[in-house]
Amino acid sequence: MAGGTGRPRTPRWAPYLLISPTVLLIAIFLVYPIGSVLYYSLQHYNLTRPWSDGFAGLDNFRRMLLEDPLFWSSLGFTAKWVVVEIALQLVFGMALALIVNETFIGRGLARSLVFSPWAVSGVLTTGIWILLYNPTTGIVRYLGAPEAAVLGNPDTVFGAIVVTELWRGVPFFAILLLAGLQGVPGELYEAAAVDGAGRVRRFLHVTLPHLRDAIVLATLLRAVWEFNNVDLIYTLTGGGPAQVTTTLPLYVAQRAIDAKDFGYGSALTTAGFVILLFFSLVYLRLSRFGADHKA
Amino acid sequence: MATEVIPRQAAQAPPDTPPGGAPARHVRDPGRVLRLYVPLGLYLAFTLIPFYWMIVFALRPAGSTSPVPWPITFDHFATVWNDIGYAVFFKNSVIVGVLSLFFTTVIALMGGYALARFRFRGRGLFMVVLLCTQFIPGAMMLIPLFSIFRELGLINSLWSLVVADTVFNLPLSIILMSGFVTAVPFQVEEAAMVDGCSRPRAFFAVVLPQLRPGLIAVGSFAFIHTWNNFLFALMFISRQANFTIPVGLSYTIGEYSADFGALAAGGVVAALPVVCVFAVIQRYLVHGISAGAVKG
Repeated sequence: MAGGTGRPRTPRWAPYLLISPTVLLIAIFLVYPIGSVLYYSLQHYNLTRPWSDGFAGLDNFRRMLLEDPLFWSSLGFTAKWVVVEIALQLVFGMALALIVNETFIGRGLARSLVFSPWAVSGVLTTGIWILLYNPTTGIVRYLGAPEAAVLGNPDTVFGAIVVTELWRGVPFFAILLLAGLQGVPGELYEAAAVDGAGRVRRFLHVTLPHLRDAIVLATLLRAVWEFNNVDLIYTLTGGGPAQVTTTLPLYVAQRAIDAKDFGYGSALTTAGFVILLFFSLVYLRLSRFGADHKA
Repeated sequence: MATEVIPRQAAQAPPDTPPGGAPARHVRDPGRVLRLYVPLGLYLAFTLIPFYWMIVFALRPAGSTSPVPWPITFDHFATVWNDIGYAVFFKNSVIVGVLSLFFTTVIALMGGYALARFRFRGRGLFMVVLLCTQFIPGAMMLIPLFSIFRELGLINSLWSLVVADTVFNLPLSIILMSGFVTAVPFQVEEAAMVDGCSRPRAFFAVVLPQLRPGLIAVGSFAFIHTWNNFLFALMFISRQANFTIPVGLSYTIGEYSADFGALAAGGVVAALPVVCVFAVIQRYLVHGISAGAVKG
């Protein structure tokens, strides 16, 4: 169906004209900035101390790797956060997608309701959950939570932000998986049922293989998203208490916004890029993702 | 996957057939209750109780601990709208959201059409670049984008948000849009051209009307993203007159953390537009993703 090239009335340059705004925007606001991050990371560049700006060589990276415990702790917390969030979102998102893919009365309404937190921003999610977590008036009291502030306690804060992010993250996972489920041909289930496969075996041998691409895509997108999640954690805990919930991007934002230290912040950013790039490549390789793109 | 545009059953994916094609089982089937309604009910509670709790706080008088919002008061809304400045934040968010929606939709329509209808040199590269941009973190781009906007004199201008949000919305929007275009049979366009239409004319007369669901999905998607974007607004805007809703809300969380009524009312104001938009578009979104983004 695609491939209408060569029609007499459509000039050869038409597709290039059509993609030119996109190419221009991506070049100026995505590609060039990545280059400039690499450049800044080799500079001393601090808005609060302009007199000491200049070429730094690898000094920022030396500082980051050798002298900055916060870099390592933020990296460790980011890893823990991504793994826990993605594992839970995958399990719950899959369950939710399977449920709302069934036929039942009121399914459209149920989908709108269970998916709706996806449309809610991180800041708003924070606002809502602060009301729930409040030690005196929050709903956590009805659930037998201790009187102490859930978010101020280093022992409970991780669980609290994980649950909060699940509230908004599971729906998106479920939407992507539901889209994948709709592409599974029904005849396959009938054939499997005729062959005597039970519900579990149909799921394992029909649904899962068909969902493989959707699962890969959803996991990858969400992992990157959770790696970069700033708005929710920033507004919920500010990275505290005592920096125990500071992720790497949050640390970058703190350096950039509060300290205006663009050189060092850029070095941290570069580290983030390298990690994401490595992660994406391994993932793409494992999943043979992108094999179809040699168009 | 993300950039798969080879035609498949596409947007009108088998809408309501359960996989298995099994006839709808009897509602009283106890297994079905355990398998379907109990988990769904639990998940609904998890989803809705936080919304409910926010609404209770927003509507009941300050100091009340009643679990239902009675007697109802709109004082908190008056406070956030007039005193805290949500009237201004709301206007700013609408401006940025609508402009970004417009630019994203138009540019994505162009790009999506090109991907769906033409085989051209560099098409594969273009698709790979779009895919890669999905992995570029907004937070990591703060520093260079800040510098660029400072050079352009756009710091503290709503245009910085329109541009940045449009750029970050574009890749996924193009991928979705090309799925929707692919779902419109090319023969329709060809017939119009045989009848003497130019290609652009055929597009506007025949294809565009059929793309309405796609335009709705992509546009709403862009609007929701832009409406919710906190980080760019926090970073590029420091003048209160140009705050957007998420930034205003974050200050409400900080400064008014004792005033839960104001926080909740601000939350309702922030949530209403996007949750309404989302309730309308979610089925287009699922179809759009299955058509354009996920190869089944």
